[in-house]
Amino acid sequence: MDEFVLIFRHMDGKEVASPEQIQQWMQMTMDWIGGIAAQNKFVAGVGLPFDDAKVVHSNKMVTNGAFGDIKETIGGYIIVKAESVEEAVEFAKGSPVLLGEGNTVEVRKIAHQ
Amino acid sequence: MCKRLGPHFIHVAEDIASETFLLASETWPYKGVPENPVAWLYVVAKNKLHNYLTRNKLYNDKIKPKLQSPRAAFESPDIDLSESNIYDSQLQMLFAICHPAIPAEAQIALALRILCGFGIEEIASAFLSNKATINKRLLRAKEKLRLENIPIEMPPDEAIPQRLGNVLTTLYLLFNEGYYSESHDAVLRNDLCLEAMRLTQMLTVHPATAHPQVFALLAMMCFHASRFEARKNDRGELVLYEDQDETLWNRELIAQGAYFLHEASRGEHASRYHLEAGIAYWHTIKTDSPEKWQQILQLYNRLLMLEYSPIAALNRTYALSKVKGIEAAISEAENLLLSDNPYYFSLLGTLYAESNPKTAIEHFEKAVSLAKTSADRNLIALKISRLKAQQNR
Repeated sequence: MDEFVLIFRHMDGKEVASPEQIQQWMQMTMDWIGGIAAQNKFVAGVGLPFDDAKVVHSNKMVTNGAFGDIKETIGGYIIVKAESVEEAVEFAKGSPVLLGEGNTVEVRKIAHQ
Repeated sequence: MCKRLGPHFIHVAEDIASETFLLASETWPYKGVPENPVAWLYVVAKNKLHNYLTRNKLYNDKIKPKLQSPRAAFESPDIDLSESNIYDSQLQMLFAICHPAIPAEAQIALALRILCGFGIEEIASAFLSNKATINKRLLRAKEKLRLENIPIEMPPDEAIPQRLGNVLTTLYLLFNEGYYSESHDAVLRNDLCLEAMRLTQMLTVHPATAHPQVFALLAMMCFHASRFEARKNDRGELVLYEDQDETLWNRELIAQGAYFLHEASRGEHASRYHLEAGIAYWHTIKTDSPEKWQQILQLYNRLLMLEYSPIAALNRTYALSKVKGIEAAISEAENLLLSDNPYYFSLLGTLYAESNPKTAIEHFEKAVSLAKTSADRNLIALKISRLKAQQNR
């Protein structure tokens, strides 16, 4: 079994959500991950809040926000176990991140030595 | 006595304890129970230890060189049997027994033998095993204590968080052994649970071990134990949760559990015991509500993220059916790949019971064929007969 990282890409991280929306979104995310964990295929997960995000550029210049010139940003990721990339893709399809228009979940196999 | 003699002479302490109880059982029926039986037992044990030490040359030749602390004055074999010393020694012994070098099964047996004073026969009965097997297990474990030279003392402060994890696992298993035991001896089953609770409670009192997760484990035990009276009928058979007589639930234990859970909430980190205590808390409220099942589902989600177990996966799916409906739960259940697990088919049977009783019965029958204990078979058979009665109505 391989490990895959599912990366949540948000179209517009500047969009402000209400506390109720955030709570509802959290619950949906937990239900989604819980379903993967119930199959013993959850490895780890990390949420990346947009607050305090910085970007360090090649000339060591530091800018605020994760967005720079592009609007898209990473909101977090989880690592799952799966038999194939297809299975990992099936997991990704259940992510509530995809309810946001333009958002994507990128599926990448983790390299192991 | 174990503490005093060190890990090399645990069998001597065991012998002295047995002889003491034997003497009590021989003399009390004739002379009457002494005014203070506990003090009587301690005095007799103390004298026997004294005799052993003075009589036995072993003391000078072998024990002394192996004493953990050479300054522990054996010259005066007066053993400190004050309440505080017994408490300290028990805690130290608990850490010695739960040393990672000792296999988990043997840890439970050792704890029952040395810390809880259970007889070999009782331990065998609790494990549904025989005396020879338990004796062998205990001997091997004591051998390990000797060989690894495991000291009977508190681990250093910096090692406590890690060692405590092992101790809590053993106490958790000890409690479960009693709670889910197949043994027909109800008194023994309850004793096992109560001893696990007593030892856990000891940890909550000591400043070095009073960690939030210890309180959480104790809270979980209290919530579960509150249903002792209700979960078995007169014939010792399991009673389904929904059939239990709520008035038999022990309100005092539930209140204590709530207190310990509150104490457990000081830390920032939620351990698996916090999550399990939370789940157990919601089960002390029998009335269904959307909030109850939403909370239980979220707790199971987090528990599974922390540590997978088939039973947590199945229980989560049941909670999911209460929150998101039967169909959503069935489709997730199919992904669980637990087709060798009787509880998996029990769950499917439960999920199909309303919409498709025929399919439900098939699943329950599959569950019966896989069930490992007669208690489980009886429970499932009850569900099948209820479904069949409904169909014929």
